[in-house]
Amino acid sequence: MAKVFIYPATSLILSDLVARYGHEPLGSALSIREHVQTPGFDSPPIQMTSEDPQKGLKWAAVEVPSGIRGRMALYGPLVEEAEAAIIIDEPDLAFGCMGCARTNELLVFMLREKDIPRLELRYPATKEEGVTFVAKIKQFLKDLEVKE
Amino acid sequence: MSAKEQPVRIAQITCGAEYSGIQNEITSAAETVGAKMFYPDVALKDVKRAYKDFGLPVKSPDLKLAIARAQAIVEGRIEADGIFIASCFRCAEAAIVRNELRRYILENSKIPVVSYSFNERTGASTLLTRLEALSTIAKRRALMAREVQVGTTMGVDSGSSTTKCIIMQDNKIIGTGWRPTTDVLNSADEVIALALEESGLKISDIEATGSTGYGRFLVGKHIKADLIQEELTVNSKGAVYLANAQKGFATVIDIGGMDNKAISVNDGMPGSFTMGGICAGASGRFLEMTAKRLGVDITKLGALSMESDGGENVPMNSYCIVFGTQSLVNALAAGFKPADVAAAACHSVAQQVYEQQLQEVDIKEPVIMVGGSSLIQGLVRAMGRMLKTEIVVPPYSQYIGAVGGALISSGFVDKKVKEA
Repeated sequence: MAKVFIYPATSLILSDLVARYGHEPLGSALSIREHVQTPGFDSPPIQMTSEDPQKGLKWAAVEVPSGIRGRMALYGPLVEEAEAAIIIDEPDLAFGCMGCARTNELLVFMLREKDIPRLELRYPATKEEGVTFVAKIKQFLKDLEVKE
Repeated sequence: MSAKEQPVRIAQITCGAEYSGIQNEITSAAETVGAKMFYPDVALKDVKRAYKDFGLPVKSPDLKLAIARAQAIVEGRIEADGIFIASCFRCAEAAIVRNELRRYILENSKIPVVSYSFNERTGASTLLTRLEALSTIAKRRALMAREVQVGTTMGVDSGSSTTKCIIMQDNKIIGTGWRPTTDVLNSADEVIALALEESGLKISDIEATGSTGYGRFLVGKHIKADLIQEELTVNSKGAVYLANAQKGFATVIDIGGMDNKAISVNDGMPGSFTMGGICAGASGRFLEMTAKRLGVDITKLGALSMESDGGENVPMNSYCIVFGTQSLVNALAAGFKPADVAAAACHSVAQQVYEQQLQEVDIKEPVIMVGGSSLIQGLVRAMGRMLKTEIVVPPYSQYIGAVGGALISSGFVDKKVKEA
């Protein structure tokens, strides 16, 4: 079992595929759930406070917009935990919407910098490409298991 | 807000607010002024269509969503009384979207808009005046439409630097009071006493009162004001009234002691506005510092600055009051004359207001400058040169908030007469 960071981190399909092949998906659902379920916060809708952008300073400098630093406070720890990554380039909005393009650039860069198995795929445009797309993800996840 | 009154519904079109941890600040600022923020709901297909229609090729999905939300409101699919557009400070992509959406909404609807760039330290108090103005424009259109003052009314403007009072009777100013703000309530009492003395009236003669400025809530409660209203709407109303520009477009610029307001007005109603700069280097406070360093009274700074051609040759352009003061000291040490330095300080403030704020409102003539800083001729000249237009400084321009308060609160005289 490996911890696999999924990009887009909001993709339920990727999350499901990773879990289905016995690995742990690392995505937004985890870190946002932690925020939403932590009692005592009063900052709807995702309960982030102004301290989160300060935590984000670990991954992005002070001149980086606060929204990016706040997002990095959610994603940064997950990237550090990741043992593998699946990155989908230019995904459709419906596949998994990641709000900030600049955060996304930083995230993908951090994943590429990390010495972990990584699968990068272009978002499929046709049904045939879709079948190949899923098959490649499946193979990548199976190979991860073998290496373990 | 009375039990029957519905809250003003303000559509929130933001990118990054939740992740910057300031969402609660936005919500609570809105609640304080009797407004309710809501996210306009749009479907995925709307996002794809809107983003394509709008034609701005942004990468961030949250900005695509912002475009779709704005389009849904403009096309009437979602109803809103006001729109709050905001994004992270320092994000260039969001700044482009914010500006273009603001322009798009203003050109295609009559819904008031305020735009803002926040950081993680943005608090409810910073947002309060902006959301209060949005809510006031939406809620009090009838009151804001008042063009003539009736009866005997009083306006008190409790500003960050000075407190002002105006007494009006039958559309004429009959009493004025002005004092530096020290203790908020004492300063208010003093200016009221001065204005009453000048007018020859007693407080019991006053039929309605209005308060505005930073101390509006405290002073308003103290004098039992009929109207307690933020300075953006009050000042713009007072400005077009005094400048005799109540019909058509106008732009009101108020460079205050603590922050600045630039308001685009149409038929006396504020349309878009910006408030506050990045640093006090772009405020009246910098001119106070300059006067102090030059050893002249602030009231003499304007005349001194006019002895110079404009001071553009003095290196002084800082976004920070500390570095601005440093430039000032350096300029004096380099042998520039005090008049040139005074003019340079005026030029620097005008330039920063132009760069930081006037880009966000549509400049339409007449351009009216109000507030105490409008009495500094060098600043008015610098702003006129910057905007390439003749700036209008109406009589009583330093009392603008108090005049607006006296004018708008006279709406309560009619009401009291009817009730009686």
